[in-house]
Amino acid sequence: MKSRSQEQSLSDSRELDRSHDPLTGSVIDEGELFTVSYRPEGLDRLVQQTNFSKKELQILYRGFKNECPNGVVNEETFKSIYSQFFPQGDSSTYAHFLFDAFDSQNNGAVNFEDFVISLSIILRGSTADKLAWAFNLYDINKDGCITREEMTDIVTSIYDMMGKYTYPCINDSDAKEHVDNFFRKMDQNKDGVVTIDEFLESCQKDENIIQSMMMFDNVI
Amino acid sequence: MATGAAAWFPFARAAAIGWMPVASCPMPLAPRDNSKKQDELIMLNVSGRRFQTWRTTLDRYPDTLLGSSEKDFFYNEETKEYFFDRDPDVFRSILNFYRTGKLHYPRHECISSYDEELTFFGIIPEIIGDCCYEEYKDRKRESLERLQDDQEENKDAKLPNMNIRQTMWRAFEYPHTSTMALVFYYVTGFFIAVSVITNVIETVPCGATPHRKDMPCGERYTVAFFCMDTACVMIFTVEYLLRLFAAPSRYRFMRSVMSIIDVVAILPYYIGLVMTNNEDVSGAFVTLRVFRVFRIFKFSRHSQGLRILGYTLKSCASELGFLLFSLTMAIIIFATVMFYAEKGSSSTKFTSIPASFWYTIVTMTTLGYGDMVPKTIAGKIFGSICSLSGVLVIALPVPVIVSNFSRIYHQNQRADKRRAQKKTRLTRIRIAKSGSANAFLQSKRNGLLNELLELTGTRELEQRLIRSTSVLESQHHHLLRCLEKTTAHEFVDEHVFEQNCLESTLQSYPSHSSSLSSQDSDTFCCCGRRSGTRNPLPHSRDSVAPVSPLGPLQELSALHIQSSQLSLHPSSRSNLNLRAEDSIRINCKGGRVTTAIISLPSPPSLREGHHHHHGPPQRRATPSIQTTTSSTPTSIIKVSAL
Repeated sequence: MKSRSQEQSLSDSRELDRSHDPLTGSVIDEGELFTVSYRPEGLDRLVQQTNFSKKELQILYRGFKNECPNGVVNEETFKSIYSQFFPQGDSSTYAHFLFDAFDSQNNGAVNFEDFVISLSIILRGSTADKLAWAFNLYDINKDGCITREEMTDIVTSIYDMMGKYTYPCINDSDAKEHVDNFFRKMDQNKDGVVTIDEFLESCQKDENIIQSMMMFDNVI
Repeated sequence: MATGAAAWFPFARAAAIGWMPVASCPMPLAPRDNSKKQDELIMLNVSGRRFQTWRTTLDRYPDTLLGSSEKDFFYNEETKEYFFDRDPDVFRSILNFYRTGKLHYPRHECISSYDEELTFFGIIPEIIGDCCYEEYKDRKRESLERLQDDQEENKDAKLPNMNIRQTMWRAFEYPHTSTMALVFYYVTGFFIAVSVITNVIETVPCGATPHRKDMPCGERYTVAFFCMDTACVMIFTVEYLLRLFAAPSRYRFMRSVMSIIDVVAILPYYIGLVMTNNEDVSGAFVTLRVFRVFRIFKFSRHSQGLRILGYTLKSCASELGFLLFSLTMAIIIFATVMFYAEKGSSSTKFTSIPASFWYTIVTMTTLGYGDMVPKTIAGKIFGSICSLSGVLVIALPVPVIVSNFSRIYHQNQRADKRRAQKKTRLTRIRIAKSGSANAFLQSKRNGLLNELLELTGTRELEQRLIRSTSVLESQHHHLLRCLEKTTAHEFVDEHVFEQNCLESTLQSYPSHSSSLSSQDSDTFCCCGRRSGTRNPLPHSRDSVAPVSPLGPLQELSALHIQSSQLSLHPSSRSNLNLRAEDSIRINCKGGRVTTAIISLPSPPSLREGHHHHHGPPQRRATPSIQTTTSSTPTSIIKVSAL
């Protein structure tokens, strides 16, 4: 129970060093927004939830915690990590889409569980699961169907990762052509959007796609 | 790829699944990762301190020692760990680099030792994190400056062939190098002082005489002062011309500040000579005399402090410029204000704005002569504001200039201190080096003596001579002996060498026997060795090697050893442990070949026979140890200590 004078002096001192905003009454911390560190539920639970073994989870967690000591990845860190793998181009847009796909709870932060569950789907899931995940990635507003604009955004972001120095040179129509090809292939009822069923059907018919989906299975 | 991004690489690869459905072409095959090791702990033993880390941590940076297969060279099979014989404290930072991706520089570490460790482990210092990079760079720069200073002083070392010009230039620039230069230095300094003092005294009133009014000394003793002036100017001219002659780049010399000062110092005199007492230009001529005061700047060659001051001012040019600019601004502002404030008052001294400049300057620098004072109230108010602000404006840039000066001055002090310490350091280093060289020579002698003593059976001395040499030392000596053998020359120390050279020039060679000439002639230079000498040397029970004409090259080494054993004084056996000075004397051109005959104080009949057969001049040493093993006249017997 603080006396009035104590409270007054506390708020005064906070005002002096400007960490207290008298308008909103909130304490502005000049440090990180996420000062709380997050801990995953438990190794065993994760083993159940995902298709990874204990050892694999250990390795994954070590890498994860190294890069994000406070247990969550925010979008900035995500983008910076991803950009290190693609130094030539601008991978921030694609990283943004990836982040949205990983962030299943839509709270702006990817914790280890989200991370590992998504990875489990990508690396250890069935082909259908993987395709569903890819669909989720393309569906930017998560409304269940991919529109032309969404696809254009995705394709443009992928082309952006290539950067300026490519052969042959990337011009603006490339992305559009690409999207047209995609829709021609995937959109069966020609209604301008691709639903999940259309997507799954079309992909499963394409041998190349199925083959490439299995390429990264032994990454971990 | 840096930082822990390597740990996220699997994620990046997995995320590529997002491209697959959109791909326009089939994907290439993924590389097979056959060596699918489970992640394991690696033990790193650094000078006894054990560090453990995951293998994948180290694999993050494959172009460093720990990340590549280079570390296999350090693998210890028995203990199943990687052993590095390096500093464990610095290794901490290095291992943390693998863990966190950031390389930190521990401030308490010496910069060069840290650099060495980085180089050893194959890490480039450029990736030091931002938090420590500045500190690292600063320290690195400091140490580089120090090294540079050391190197510059090495340049002081005498160059062998310098022509007159270069010698003169060196004498001018570095007066401490030779006595002549020092004399020149002091003489010029003296004359500069004399010249300046005469300039000053010239204007002092010399005291009135009855028939003349008080006039300055210059006009009273015109002739004397003129002679003085002439003398000084002549010296300066000569000095300038000499410097001009000796300068390696004349054009650059003429452009340098010091030479301009020199020219300005002596030019007025010549101009005065050339111009006659023409009334029109005599006014200008008088003005020129002012320039004589610039002679005082010639002192900057003699005083390092002056040079530092000049250098500081040059390096603080921007601060000085700022000071000047801000002062000018303030002066103009306050002068204007004061002028208009005082305009109303009658008989005011503030007649115009430029006239007020004087008041403002005097006030701002807190001089306050009092020849101009404001009379109105407004004027007084603004006057006080003016003086307060003056203090501030002047005080601001001054600390910057002072700190610059201090830094440069201390740097100079450091250089001087280092130069002084260098002498002692070099002497100590030289002593240490010569100690090791002497050790080698000593060991050679001891080795030989040991052998000799063995064969004579006198064990007493042997005890004294046996020195416990470490294995490393003995191997090093062996190496040096191999070198000697290879080149057929030997190591000697300075004194002996000089003595040899001295002797060879002094001595004639009367005792060269014919046999000597029949042998190989002098085929070497002063430092070479005479070839083809043979010596009858008493030999131990060991093998007797017949010597071919080329063999003597080898023999000579033995020979030299022998001669080093010789005691030139008729003294006892205990003199066998000779000093190095008495050793080898063969190294000079036409040097006498001394036989090392170590003979016991027994009738040297045997020796005579040998001598006669191989007749190089000998230096008898008595007593000497002679073995009792006889050798036939035909065989060459040598005691080989090598």
